[in-house]
Parts: sequence; C-alpha cells; structure tokens
Amino acid sequence: MSKHSKFQTALCSRPPRRSTITWAFLPLLHQAEVNASARRSTTSSSRHQSGSPPVGAHVHFEKTVKMTIKLIRDHGQHYRPRMACLKKVEALVIEMQDPKSGVKSFEQKRNATSIPHVIAGQDITAWITSHMTVDAQEAQALGTMLVAYGFIYPLQDPKTLILRPDGSLYRCQTPYFWPAQKWKAQDTDYAIYLAKRNIRKKGILDQYEQERYRKLHKWLNHKWDFIVNQAKEQTRAGKARMKSDRVVFSYQERAYWIVHRPPPQTHSAMDYGVDRLIDPNAEEEKNSYYYRRIIIFRQQAIMRSKVKSTVSLGALVKHTMTYQSHDPFLTPCLPSNPWQTDDDTYWALNMPDVDLPTKMTVERWSYGFYELLRDPRGRADFRLFLKKEFSGENLAFWEAAEELKWGAASAISEKAETIFKTFLAPGAPCWINIDGRTMGLTVKGLQHPHRHVLDAAQNHIFMLMKKDTFYRYLKSPVYKDIQKKAISPAPHNFTDAQLEQNARNRKPGLYPSVTWQRQQKEKVRTTTLIDIKKLMANKLDRQ
Amino acid sequence: MLGRASSCDVTPAASAVSCVIRSFRGSLSPVGKINNNNSGPGERYLPRKMAAQEVQPSETIAKLKLESETLKTKLEEERAKLHDVELHQVAEKVEPLGQFVMKTRRTLKGHGNKVLCMDWCKDKRRIVSSSQDGKVIVWDAFTTNKEHAVTMPCTWVMACAYAPSGCAVACGGLDNKCSVYPLSLDKNENLAAKKKSVAMHTNYLSACSFTNSDMQILTSSGDGTCALWDVESGQLLQSFHGHAADVLCLDLAPSETGNTFVSGGCDKKANVWDMRTGQCIQSFETHESDINSVRYYPSGDAFASGSDDATCRLYDLRADREVAIYSKESIIFGASSVDFSLSGRLLFGGYNDYTINVWDVLKGTRVAILFGHENRVSTLRVSPDGTAFCSGSWDHTLRVWA
Repeated sequence: MSKHSKFQTALCSRPPRRSTITWAFLPLLHQAEVNASARRSTTSSSRHQSGSPPVGAHVHFEKTVKMTIKLIRDHGQHYRPRMACLKKVEALVIEMQDPKSGVKSFEQKRNATSIPHVIAGQDITAWITSHMTVDAQEAQALGTMLVAYGFIYPLQDPKTLILRPDGSLYRCQTPYFWPAQKWKAQDTDYAIYLAKRNIRKKGILDQYEQERYRKLHKWLNHKWDFIVNQAKEQTRAGKARMKSDRVVFSYQERAYWIVHRPPPQTHSAMDYGVDRLIDPNAEEEKNSYYYRRIIIFRQQAIMRSKVKSTVSLGALVKHTMTYQSHDPFLTPCLPSNPWQTDDDTYWALNMPDVDLPTKMTVERWSYGFYELLRDPRGRADFRLFLKKEFSGENLAFWEAAEELKWGAASAISEKAETIFKTFLAPGAPCWINIDGRTMGLTVKGLQHPHRHVLDAAQNHIFMLMKKDTFYRYLKSPVYKDIQKKAISPAPHNFTDAQLEQNARNRKPGLYPSVTWQRQQKEKVRTTTLIDIKKLMANKLDRQ
Repeated sequence: MLGRASSCDVTPAASAVSCVIRSFRGSLSPVGKINNNNSGPGERYLPRKMAAQEVQPSETIAKLKLESETLKTKLEEERAKLHDVELHQVAEKVEPLGQFVMKTRRTLKGHGNKVLCMDWCKDKRRIVSSSQDGKVIVWDAFTTNKEHAVTMPCTWVMACAYAPSGCAVACGGLDNKCSVYPLSLDKNENLAAKKKSVAMHTNYLSACSFTNSDMQILTSSGDGTCALWDVESGQLLQSFHGHAADVLCLDLAPSETGNTFVSGGCDKKANVWDMRTGQCIQSFETHESDINSVRYYPSGDAFASGSDDATCRLYDLRADREVAIYSKESIIFGASSVDFSLSGRLLFGGYNDYTINVWDVLKGTRVAILFGHENRVSTLRVSPDGTAFCSGSWDHTLRVWA
C-alpha cells in the first residue's frame, strides 16, 4: 500500500480535525504523492503492506547495489512488533482536541506569522491529571510518551521529546503524520525530506542529517533523480500555499522525522528495537493435522487433575503470608538492608559456610523440606542429623542423582556406574532402601543410562525423606540446638555521618569462583567421609 | 554390566499419547541444529509417510473441528466448575500494605547503548548486563565496579544469564547463538578467547537461562522454538515446538519436583513445557498482544506475565486459568519485564513508558510507581535474596532499587 491509500484511510477513519489549514494543504500533497507513486511503480515493484522487502528483479537490483557498497545482513525479520498502545493513545489525543472538554489552545505569534492551536505543557498535564485521575508526576510521564510517539510535538525544543509541565509550547500532530504500525517511515521519503531542506537553503542540515543524507545518496543512488525531482515538486507545491500553512506544515514534517529518524541524543518511542521474524497475524493452516494436535492437547488437558480455586488460591495466599516476614521489601531485614545502608553484614551472616545461622534462616528451614535442602547451611545441618541416625545414604543418593540430572552429558555413564556401585548394587556400601519395583526399573534403566534414569528412585527417596525424616529432624535435638544457638542480629541504627562513611568504604566481597571452589572441596570431603565410614562398618560387620 | 549412554541424549517417550504426538510431528531435527521449515508456523515436521496420504476430505476436517470444539466446551465447563472464588476474595482478610519508599540506591553507568538484558549472580551482589552495541559487562553492583567486559561480535545482545556457580556468563542475540564465557579472576585475560558457542538457532536469541547447574542452558528464539542444550558438548538435548510466532521470554520453575518451564511469545500464548519430554503441558491465551516477559511465582504454582497490551496477568497452574489482571486506565504502554518479590506479595513491572509499577499481587492494586529512567525499561530482576531489584533501561543505565 502506498502513501496514497494511507492518506485515504486518514481521511475516512480519522475524525475531522479542528484545524482546517492542514486539511486544505493535504490535497496538494496528495496530488504530488499520486504522481510520485505513478512514477514509483515504474521504477520499483509494489511494496508490501507490512513492509516486507520487494521481491523479484527489484530485490536483485537493490541487493547488488547494496552489496557493492556494504554487506547488509538480512536476518529475515520483516514484521514490526505489535504496538497495541497506538489505538488507546489515538483515542486519548482525539479527546484532548475536543473543543469543549479538551485542552485549551491559543494562537502564538512567531516571526510575523501566527500559529494556531498551540497548547502549553502545563495545560496538558493539568488536563491529563483531571481526565485520568492520576497525580502530576504520572501525568507528566504520560504526556512525555505522547510526545515521544509523535502525537504531540514541541515547538521550542523539537529534538527533546519530553513534556515540560511549564509554559512550553506544543501542538497536536496531524493524523496524517501519526505513527502507524503498518506503514514504516521509508528511506525514500526521508531522502526526499532532506533533499527538500537542502534545496531550500544549503547548510541548514545538521551534522547527523548530513551524514545520513550522504549515506542515503549512496544507497538510493539509482533513484536519486527521482528523489530530487520529488523534492523540487513538493517545494513548488508548497510555495502555492499561504505562509502560515507552510510554516505549520514544516513544523509537522520536522516533528514526524524527528520521531521516526531520531537525532543521536533523542529518545523516540518509535525506535522500537528489532523486527520480528514470524508474522504474528499469519493464520495456521487448519487442516486435519492441526485439528488432531488440538484434540490431543485438549484431551490431555481434560485428563489432567485440576484443583478448585479455593484450594489453589488459598495455597498462594498462605505461601505469601508465610514468607511475608522474610521479604526484605515488606519486613526490614536484620541487621540492615545492605543496599540501603551500604553495610554488608546481612550477607556475611547468611553465607553458606557460616558457623551459626540467623534465627530467620532457621525458621525458614521449617517451612518445607525443599527450603531446608536448598540452603547449603540447612543441608549441612540435615546431614549432621542423618549422620547421627546412620541414614546418610538417602541424602547422598539424592544429591548424586541431582548431579547426574543436571550434569554434563558426557559424564552420565560414568556417574551412573558410580551411583550403581555405591547405592544400588546388592551389598553396596551405601545401599538405599527402596521398594523392589522401583529398584528393578532403575537397575534395568541403568543398562542404558540417560539423564532421567534415576528419576523414579530419586522421587521415592525424596518423598521418604520429606514425609518421615524431615519431621523427625524438626523435633530432633540437632534442630532444637541450632534454634537455640541461632543469632538474632540487632538492627543497625546508623547516623547520617556513619551512612556516608559506609558509602565510602563499600567492601568488595569474595569472588563467586572462590566461593564455588570452596564449596566443591567441602562436598568432596563430606561424600568421601560417608563412603569410608560405611566401608569400615561393613568390614566390621563381616568380620 | 552397564551399557554406554545413548549418544542422542533424548529420553524415551513416557506415554503412548506423546508417541502419537511425535508421529504427527515426525522425527526431531538432527542433533545440534533446529530446522526452520518455511511451510508455515505449525507445520514444521510433516513426516513423509503422512504427506504421502492424500489430502483429507473436507468432511473429515469438519468432523475433527467439531470434535475439537466439543472438547473445548467440555474443558471450559470443567474449569468453570472449579472456578468458585476470585483471588481478591480469598485475599480479603489479608492486611493491606503500607506506604513504600523505594529509591534508586545504585546507578550503573558504563554501557554506551541501550541495555537489553540483565541477570543477578547467586552471590546477591553481582550483575551481568548486555546492551545493543554488543557489550556484555559484569558488575559488582554493590560497589558499582565493572569487573569484566566482553564485546560480542554481534549487536543487540538480547539475552544474558549468570551461571549458578558464578563462574560463567551466557549471552546471545542477533548472532543466533548462545555463547558461554567462563569468567576468570585475572583481569587482563581476554574473555573472548575462551568463548564457547553452545546454542544454535535459526534466528535471534531472545532469552536464555541456566538450569540448576552450569552444564545446561535453556534458550528461546525468534524462530518460534525453545531448546535445552548441554554446555560442554553443545549438543541439543530437547527442543520445544508449539509457538506460532517468535518466543520472547522464558522462566524455569523453582520447585523441586517440577522439571518445567514457561515461555511467552508473540502469538499471545504462554506455554508451560515439560523439560523431560518436550511436550507442552499447559497453554494460556488470554493476553491481547505479545507477551514480553513471564516469571514464576516463588512457590512454582503460578506465574505472571507482562505484555504489550499494558497488562500483567497472574495464571494459576493448578486451577489451569488466569486469576488476576493488573491494569489501570492510565497505564497505556506495554510491560516489558516483570518479577516477583521474595514472598510473592509484590509484582514489579517495568514498562515502556519509562516507569516501574509495583502491584499488590493478592489485592490486585498498584502500590507504587517509580520514576527515574529516561527511556524504556527493558529488563527487571529481583535479587536472589530479595533485598533489591535491578532495572535496565534503554537510557544506557541500570538502577538498583531498594
């Protein structure tokens, strides 16, 4: 679709604007564009609606031209991201221009011309505040977005796309220049715009514009005559207008290009990032395979067990309430939040190899078995308890299975063999007690070990520990002992001077790789201990 | 006694149903590469045998369509039966939250271009961030020192992740790959020399994440697929097909029994996948535009998503439905990234209108709005111990808030 139909849509779907000037001006532009598109169609193939590259000979031609200058990598991404906000913003801007309930506008005299329908920044923020019931800061943020998208443009500092809540002057952009998702601002049009300004007055282009003009001259060299002709014709058509119309149109056009080709330091919201690869609106072909897939998926969904909302939502609420006292955003952490006071005692007290944990940490262990296992200090305590009960092999097996599951693919067979010899073989030093069926399945699976071969056994052992051992642990003297010994740090109460000093003396902390190596050494030490002990015990038994 | 591990480390299909699905989908692509067949989003792996059967008569298609519709109504009926209470009703007896004072505690300046992604290290103070110009920087956010910097050979590094051990970072973007850089203590060492290419997609990498160890990476890509890779060998362990458009985000489940992850894409769907079998277990399609970010609730029974339609939504996995929408009339611009606080009571959302909104998850109201960034907030993560959260923005800076 060329600009021709974009204009038509602009006429039909957008409501009539208050300003008659811009409407009157457009037909001439429209005519020029029609001529342009007629000429364009002979030199280029049709442009696709969504901005995908033209196919056929034109592509080949353009590609060779481009490749002689520079290798451009086409990633294949041709679809602009969906901009769902544009419709809502359009509705807002239309309301803003309502003569009765919109923002008050006035005329502004400038260099012997008078510009109509100018609005002040403070009026915009006041209107947004009352219309959307938000506070002033949020209204200013929303107004800045309107400017950043190009729905409103500043008159006094056009390159900074923010809303200043003072007497700065703004104008609403004409619907023709509103950002649209379907139509990308084309390089050809940008070249025509720059050429127009260059023709009108040499040296008026900024540094960055000159650079871009030069680059466009290279890319579009094959069309350059056409571009210059277009520029001349548009300038001539513009001269037939009144001066005030011309001035207004020049502001509108400049604002459009600042949004769609932002200058180096400008943050424009139309700078959206990377294009998408797959057309999100493309419908999948609904043939029998599609329906069969959907049927199977829905059958599975029906078979899957679901719970009542009271149960699941109740569980969510319970989880939040349980952990609320541990959430640093809701309950201040003790002794103090390192980010707020620049004192990292809190982290030092919660290191994985710390001697005595804090009371909060110990309390958290009791919330669930996985919480206990996940905290290295908690796991160490649990291991101590199991050592006293002579049932350390369960935890050791679980840890070994975790390592198999998450480890490197090349190490799987070796690890599986070690695990079999240590935990599953009859007469193994750390033989785990699982039911016969699971044992049979696991041993059979170990003949061709893969990552999930120990899943069944691991789950069984985990459930065993969770339902039985964990509760005994919580009642055990080991846990009660650590509960008593756990420290309850007093909250810091820094004065301003101390806070400043803390900010100057922030400690660097240990490198993660150093901590990791320490943890690995510790792990090796504890696993070999268990093995040796069991071996000795077995030997004694046999003797 | 024990055999060798099978060379293709793919688990045997657990159930007959998944076998049926596999036969429709055809064999998986060869190890190490995902093929992007351009015959349309859903029809990637048409097995040759099936294609040889002639085009189905339209009566059969109509019958299948009818069957799928009846299943859909049956599913919705079941869901409605279980839908007996709303979240804000259950949360009525919960105390409302007080006033919040969250300030920027650190501003990390050093990127010369838009910051696209960031991740925390498990030591709760280090951060890795990546930007549009290809730079990946590792910071000690507490002291604001830059510790490592790597320049990737591509621009738009949209994904970066810190390894659980803290000894490596992974990043990727327009180069279609995910590369792992081991970090060394020696400051002068050239990190790029030790780079390891792990993942290979056919289009840009949108998100990556390590699983419970340094040895596996989960990636999502613009070509519509997610994949699980073995870091050491670069082997593809599992691939996940089902999105009809670019996949923009993913998050791994935190719970101990779940081997699942959730992904969100441009087809407005959020899918929950089983990492073991590669099947899509659940799918939610209630958003009205692209889903930019998904994050699990701390207990793993729910997840939140942030979308381009300016809403964040909470989905309950056990009840299999959406339970809350976090939106306001004055919030018009899309949410680019969401994360929960430690207890799950607060949901932080970074939006494209340069602000961060903080929502009360249970009551559904907004508790605070944070200003400070001068351009779109592109990424937001809460630190591992919940003491702060970091937001990265297109204004070239990262801010740590507490």
